Amino acid sequence: MSEEHYLELCENPVQFENASSVNNVFFDEANKQVFAVRSGGATGVVVKGPDDKNSVAFRMDDKGEVKCIKFSIGNKILAVQRTPKSVDFISFIPDYPHLECSQECKMKNASILGFCWTNWNEIIFITDQGIEFYQVLLDKRSLKLLKSQSVNVNWYMYCPETAVILLSTTTQGNVLQPFAFKSGTMSKMPKFEIELPVVPKPAKLNLTERDIAVATIYGQLYVMYLKHHSRTTDSPCAEVVLYQLPREGSCKKTNVLKLNTTGKFALNVVDNLVVVHHQSSQTSIIFDIKLREPDCAFNVHQPVLPGRSIHPYRIPLTGPAAVATQPPVPCELYSSSWSVFQPDIIISASQGYLWYLQVKLPPTVNLLQDKGKLMDFLLRRRDCKMVILSVCAQMLNGGDKGGLPVVATVFDKLNQVYKEYLEAEQTYTVAMESGPSRGSAARDRPVRTQAVIDQSDMYTHVLSSFSEKKDTSHKFIIAVLMEYIRSLNQVQITVQHYLYELVIKMLVQHNLFYMLHQFLQYHVLSDSKPLACLLLSLESTYPPAHQLSLDMLKRLSTANDEIVEVLLSRQQVLGALRFIRSVGGHDNISARKFLDAARQTADQMLFYTIFRFFEQRNLRLRGSPSFNPGEHCEEHVVYFKQVFGDQALMKQVTV
Amino acid sequence: MISPRMTLRMQEKQYTSSLLIFFIYNPSFGPQESEVENKIRNVGLCEAIVQFTRTFCQTKPAKSLHTQKNRQFFFEQEDSFWIVMVVRNPMGEEPNKDGKPQEEEGILVVLILCYSLFFLAMEAGLLQYLQTLHLQSRDLLDVFGGIALFPLDKKSYLKIQSFVNRVEESLSLIKCTAFLYNDQLIWSGLEQDNMRILYKYLTTSLFPRHSEPELAGRDSALRPEVARNLLHYGRFLTGPANLKDPEAKFRFPRIFVNTEDSYEELHLIVYKAMSAAVCFMISASVELTREFCEQLVGLVGPQLTLLVSDICEQYNVNRRISGLDKEPQFKFIYFNHMNLAEKSTIHMRKTPSVFLTSVHPDLMKILGDINCDFARVITLNYNPIRVITLNYNPIRVITLNYNPIRVITLNYNPIRVSSLNYNPIRVSSLNYNPIRVSSLNYNPIRVSSLNYNPIRVSSLRPSFDSSL
Repeated sequence: MSEEHYLELCENPVQFENASSVNNVFFDEANKQVFAVRSGGATGVVVKGPDDKNSVAFRMDDKGEVKCIKFSIGNKILAVQRTPKSVDFISFIPDYPHLECSQECKMKNASILGFCWTNWNEIIFITDQGIEFYQVLLDKRSLKLLKSQSVNVNWYMYCPETAVILLSTTTQGNVLQPFAFKSGTMSKMPKFEIELPVVPKPAKLNLTERDIAVATIYGQLYVMYLKHHSRTTDSPCAEVVLYQLPREGSCKKTNVLKLNTTGKFALNVVDNLVVVHHQSSQTSIIFDIKLREPDCAFNVHQPVLPGRSIHPYRIPLTGPAAVATQPPVPCELYSSSWSVFQPDIIISASQGYLWYLQVKLPPTVNLLQDKGKLMDFLLRRRDCKMVILSVCAQMLNGGDKGGLPVVATVFDKLNQVYKEYLEAEQTYTVAMESGPSRGSAARDRPVRTQAVIDQSDMYTHVLSSFSEKKDTSHKFIIAVLMEYIRSLNQVQITVQHYLYELVIKMLVQHNLFYMLHQFLQYHVLSDSKPLACLLLSLESTYPPAHQLSLDMLKRLSTANDEIVEVLLSRQQVLGALRFIRSVGGHDNISARKFLDAARQTADQMLFYTIFRFFEQRNLRLRGSPSFNPGEHCEEHVVYFKQVFGDQALMKQVTV
Repeated sequence: MISPRMTLRMQEKQYTSSLLIFFIYNPSFGPQESEVENKIRNVGLCEAIVQFTRTFCQTKPAKSLHTQKNRQFFFEQEDSFWIVMVVRNPMGEEPNKDGKPQEEEGILVVLILCYSLFFLAMEAGLLQYLQTLHLQSRDLLDVFGGIALFPLDKKSYLKIQSFVNRVEESLSLIKCTAFLYNDQLIWSGLEQDNMRILYKYLTTSLFPRHSEPELAGRDSALRPEVARNLLHYGRFLTGPANLKDPEAKFRFPRIFVNTEDSYEELHLIVYKAMSAAVCFMISASVELTREFCEQLVGLVGPQLTLLVSDICEQYNVNRRISGLDKEPQFKFIYFNHMNLAEKSTIHMRKTPSVFLTSVHPDLMKILGDINCDFARVITLNYNPIRVITLNYNPIRVITLNYNPIRVITLNYNPIRVSSLNYNPIRVSSLNYNPIRVSSLNYNPIRVSSLNYNPIRVSSLRPSFDSSL
């Protein structure tokens, strides 16, 4: 089933001339460049980078077989190793004179195992007797030794991302000595020992670079050791042991990945997942070191998903001969000619391709039945948003719904991430407002990853369409909505009004007014003006909604005008007047509005009372009980006189 | 302040109304039903009274008949179905020409409740209810027939929601659920009117019957049970006492609830864990089995136990914060017609037989009378707010009535009320000038400041100038 291939090779591989007797291919992990060197460079060197549309091509003199070739960072200087003792340098800086120089390793009788650029002009030589750290001074045509360290080296491994180099030392090769480089400085990190399954006697080199990989996972540097099974120990299967290499402090063994099989393996790291390719079964498995296994000892991991092959890949035919009718050729996966580089690179030198390995999330949804675990897995992936939302939709709509407990778990996991983001954002805002002087270090604005699924995402992609489903019981829909609101409340996220609206719509549609009433009583649906207005509109179908709405407006304390309007519209003139007086707004209200309302009630006593109230107000404010022309109350004065007589009007107090 | 015990004794002495006869009849069945002569005589008399009074008013026949020895109440809820209750007059009570409006209304309320319970719980309710019917302890809360709501924060409330939804989802037989804590309602899946009756049944009949062993602390029911390896304290209040008993019967009381257009018969399962009681209602057409009960216990027992300890903790925290554990500053009885919410700081404890109040029973009586007047006055003239102040030094009874919400409060508590008299005429005289009423010096109860969660309705209260 093609839907199950959760790993794939990128669509646009880097293509280069395949390796042959006349064409040597080199790969530089630091710049991710492939060098195709024909006849020692005399007939051309073609360099292909990951995103450089224009590949670099040049010629150089054939001074012997090229052992290693690498550009410094930014393609400034080219370093070529041809002999075991020395490295040649050629400048590639544009508009700069073509300069060349050569450097021999300092230590006598040492042979160079390789070299690594750490900068545009800083380079490390790794010899069998130690490391030498140089700065290239092109204009002086010489190299300056910055630092060196002598130690017996079996092999080395370089992690360009962190500029950390690992040296295999001791006879067995299992004591690893890391060094970190940073702009001209070299620091020795604590060495550590890889536990070998068997100790050979007599001691001989037992740990090779084939079994070690270095990569960054979740921002931490790890040394991955592929521990093959041994007949002498009980465990028949291979495993990957992870050693975390912190910047400060010593290295410690942190995770064990159980491979549950034996054979030839290769490691990649994609999207913080450790991918283990198994050649004989032609499958790959993935591990997430942050995913805790419930039934395993601490930090022992089983594959997240069952092993599947990388998605079948077809090589498109290129060149002028490529015709649409010709089908692309299927590419042999897990070929023995594949070389795997960290973190996510697969190179087939014989075919001339460099691919990036990618994780496809949609197939994982069907392979991982446990929705909680699936969410944990997806939330840590890069392009997870739409997949997560589709899982949510599927969980609610599909036949395989695991019920409310699963829905609750999923919501809780989503909202936890959402909350963490909101909190980080909040802290950032506060830090910014308090000024950079007080904060010790300038904070970076928190990055909103795709895993942050907010309320509008849920509403737009999941809940609104779900609540309109005809074949789902309204009980389940309401339960799900309440579950989402509960989950938001659990982590103290303010619920958006449109979610309440959705709940209310459902309740009203099914005449569940008492339920609505109970929710409002317990303030599950938080107060807001829109909600109060919504309630007001329900009055005709559910009379108590009127009171609920008024209470809500009162609690909001910013809706006094609305309350007065509502009361007046219900002919509760006295109530409106009392209310506005209680909040101290009675000096500013329109007398006409109240008198109009009082007239409409056809209650003369009420009209009298209201009229008298405003007369008193006029007296208090202006020293006279009569109304100002601007108040447009003439009509009411006439009516008052008509009903109660002229003498009923309040007399001007004469001093 | 009078101690509760004293109040109780006084109540006992003064109110000794007791139920003499209770029966239900339908005149059209008359000729066939001839069992006991005495019964027939009673029915005949009532029928005669009702028929006789009909000649004066076709639509409103007599509701009650007072004689020197007793009072009879007639109530026709459905066409031709009469419920009659005969109550002996209290000893030593002065004959009152006007009648006692509050008592009358109170007893009528009891009658209506009997009827409701009769329909609600044919099997379990009525007889037991009649046994627990203590007419002397009737008071304002009986008249209101409200539902006490448990104050709870939003988070805990949503947890309960979630719990109810989950149980209803996994046990799809369950039609609806009600959740109570400390005999106070938190969630009801039943419609309000049905819940009101069920609540009455639960709090006056079912819970009291089961509370005694718990209080005594000797009941084996308090031993935790183990379901699915989880300890829990759940047990059935209705249905089987012990699931492990091979002889256990899986019979639950049946209730009738009012649905849109008809009555529906439901099994009532009441399951309790510590202070929480959950009522599950299941269509009576389904036969409940041991498997179902076991499934229910396995699902509900552990979850409920966890939930209860959660609520309890939250509740105590809230009480401490809001100072609710202290003596309340204001004494009030609150009742809200809209949601039937009631709350009282006067009633200290509801025992199966009596309300213990912190005020003198006479005062309670007066309050009842005032309330009864309101009920009448309101029908005469719709005006939302009325305030009465009875200012007898040192007591001050303040009553605020705000339709549809009623709040009755007592401000200040010293009690020396022996000769307190209340004249109902005054209420109507208050009616003539609303502005005068509003100028009564009163700042109504700050229910909101008491932080009583479910009913912040009072936050929209009228307030009045202090110009008196």
